[in-house]
Amino acid sequence: MTFPERALATRITLLMLGIGLIMAFAGHDIGFRLQGAVVVAATLATLVVLFLIRTQPEPSPQELTYYYDAPIKAGIYLSLIWAVLGMFVGVWVALLLAYPELTFDYAWSSLGRLRPVHTSGVIFGFGGNALIATSFHVVQRTSRTRLPDQLSPWFVLLGFNLFCLVAATGYLLGITQSKEYAEPEWYADIWLVIVWVTYLVLYLRTLARRQEPHIYVANWYYLAFILVVAVLHIINNLAVPVSLLGSKSYSLFAGVQDAMTQWWYGHNAVAFFLTAGFLGMLYYYLPKRAERPIYSYRMSIISFWGITFMYMWAGSHHLHYTALPQWVQTLGVTFSVMLIVPSWGSAGNALLTLNGAWHKVRDDATLRFMMVAAVFYGISTFEGSFMAIRPVNSLSHYTDWTIGHVHAGVLGWVSFIVFGTFYSLVPWIWHRQRMYSLFLIEVHFWLAISGTIIYLIAMWNAGITQGIMWRTYNESGTLTYSFLESFVAMHPYYVARAFGGFLFLIGAVLAFYNIVMTVRHMPIEREVNKDIPVGLMPVQSGEATA
Amino acid sequence: MSVSERDKYTGHMTTGHEWNGIKELNTPVPLVLLVFLSAAFLFALGYWILMPAWPLGDTYTKGTLGFDQRQHLAKQIEKNDSEQSRWIDPLVQLDFDAIQGNSQLMAIVDESGPALFEDNCAMCHGSDGDGGRYFPKLNDTSWLWGSDPNVILQTLAVGINSTHPDTRIAIMPGFGAAGVLSAEVIENLVAYVQSISSSHNTSIEQANMAGKEAYSMYCAGCHANDGTGNSVVGAPNLTDDYWVYGGDTTALTATLTHGRKGHMPAWDKRLSLSERRILTLYVLSLNQSVVTGDKP
Repeated sequence: MTFPERALATRITLLMLGIGLIMAFAGHDIGFRLQGAVVVAATLATLVVLFLIRTQPEPSPQELTYYYDAPIKAGIYLSLIWAVLGMFVGVWVALLLAYPELTFDYAWSSLGRLRPVHTSGVIFGFGGNALIATSFHVVQRTSRTRLPDQLSPWFVLLGFNLFCLVAATGYLLGITQSKEYAEPEWYADIWLVIVWVTYLVLYLRTLARRQEPHIYVANWYYLAFILVVAVLHIINNLAVPVSLLGSKSYSLFAGVQDAMTQWWYGHNAVAFFLTAGFLGMLYYYLPKRAERPIYSYRMSIISFWGITFMYMWAGSHHLHYTALPQWVQTLGVTFSVMLIVPSWGSAGNALLTLNGAWHKVRDDATLRFMMVAAVFYGISTFEGSFMAIRPVNSLSHYTDWTIGHVHAGVLGWVSFIVFGTFYSLVPWIWHRQRMYSLFLIEVHFWLAISGTIIYLIAMWNAGITQGIMWRTYNESGTLTYSFLESFVAMHPYYVARAFGGFLFLIGAVLAFYNIVMTVRHMPIEREVNKDIPVGLMPVQSGEATA
Repeated sequence: MSVSERDKYTGHMTTGHEWNGIKELNTPVPLVLLVFLSAAFLFALGYWILMPAWPLGDTYTKGTLGFDQRQHLAKQIEKNDSEQSRWIDPLVQLDFDAIQGNSQLMAIVDESGPALFEDNCAMCHGSDGDGGRYFPKLNDTSWLWGSDPNVILQTLAVGINSTHPDTRIAIMPGFGAAGVLSAEVIENLVAYVQSISSSHNTSIEQANMAGKEAYSMYCAGCHANDGTGNSVVGAPNLTDDYWVYGGDTTALTATLTHGRKGHMPAWDKRLSLSERRILTLYVLSLNQSVVTGDKP
């Protein structure tokens, strides 16, 4: 960072420290005070780092004409830390369902508090950091330009992680809005809006500086992810705090409107956070790794607009057979069914891109991660459209099938594309010949795929068994099974699910180890990076050339 | 600048653009994708015509099938109710002796009782009616309020120490906490009560004569002179081997010192009369199975 940027960074951090201190000392409830303490601790740590780097020289003009990779490297590490943490908690909550005594009688370790730590930890912590880091990488490379400044990427990355940290610690304290994937309370939400708008502006500024005439398809997806998540987050979190010094707030919506807003948000979080962003990742790293051209530019266009347009209507399929008016449910069903076509268009485009490179898929576990990701993307989008049909939903809704479906997406698709990407990206930006251990990548691949399949088979069985037990009637027309019996019947599946998740966690730990060892022990080789250099335009200018 | 080239492997032309080494082919959209897209849209179109679909200001298109999920649900409930009335009506109208003598009705009790019990009662009384500390065992032969089905039905309806206006009330006073009995007297009482219970092998010793005196003065009013309890006020039998709150010295001392006030919710608003009657007979059958199970 330049000296003026460091000065501004210090001022922003001090401002945040002040807010943290007010929260910690003037807060009306203990939860809010402890959240303030988290902010204070995080900002103090940032101030220490800023103090330590105060004497480092400013980046040379030569450095300023190269891509800015430091925040990408930090983002990869943060993503991996959250992955291990979030997946560990995931295995814990999975075990809790089979062995409830594993709360050890603490309030913070109850299922209701740990579960959002798992979901937010992996979706936002692991997935979000991976998206931010790779978006910085992809937008620079495909625009042949450096990020416009050094401060905003750090503000976005660290600000986002502060949000994740406040969210996760808040859950443990029992602070929640009780909205799926939108649990953090109003103060964390406002902070995320500031961070996210900075992210959007940063991304647009970088695109505006691009040295390529066209915007590459990966950037469409990243931009859709950033823009739509901002809209979703702001609208679903509209709420009135009870006090500006307290953690509790009340949603602006009530009843079925609240439910519909929540699931419009919830489903589009899946669409634009867990799908669009990671499709951006797929569209860069898969062709790059396979060294093949994208199969069809035209399919990219159809799929992109199909996905962005149709997903927006699909959220109501989470509320079939509820107080939600039936016409809204109908729109949810029909758009969900139509959505299968652009989704398979994307998956097919990715797999057809591998034509001519299948021998690499066989030999290279990294590329195989990406190939499997595309396959699971196809599987889980088909499953999603299928489950959105009302009669299917009447069996699957409220059962573990839904959990299985989500994990087909996040394990099979999202995690696989992230790990494939990281194994490609780490040697590129750290200028290493290859990853530290190709054998460990292979081991990770097989652990991850076995874990995913065990998990999915367990949850499909569990969900369908539950659905059928809940709707089995005696000849007299009364229920055959109590809820308790259906729960007891889940035990073997819950144990299997925890085992599958455990295998997946081990794989993530191996990835972390492998990446750290690559950075620490593999020799630096400058010529490894074959990136086309930044365009010749002066860095300070914000104008794009056509 | 942009120069298209032919991809050697697929034979398709590239678009001529390149981003850090990535190129794109200008492959036409496969026909199969367009066919699927059209098919999916036609499915949606048909669905919109048949079903309630698009909003029109303060109303919406009703669909040509005239389907409405609320009406559909109401019809299903009505159909189920009319089918069930063949056994619900006699179950509600007949007295318990007549129901117990009717094998068809008892088959329905056997069929429907377990799920009802597990969904509503098992969280306190256990899925087999085994009870637990603070929650009475239901699959034995001792009944706090008696084993008459009508009495059990009444308990189910109004609860015990509940918010129902006609609730059953059963309170064991806290003799020690209220200053009525000293710790020494309580100690004697505990020893005496244990001596009359079949759960303890202690005999009535000389020292317990003091306990016996205190018993007849403070306890016999509810628990009867011989300790067999009084089902009219829900006072437990102390001579058997079953204890709701524990029969060891610590637990009994706590009971005598601080008293006990159990709680059972009223179910008349949450379960229908037929469901409460099924549960009554089911709970009694738990008891029977234990009796027959003990004497194979």
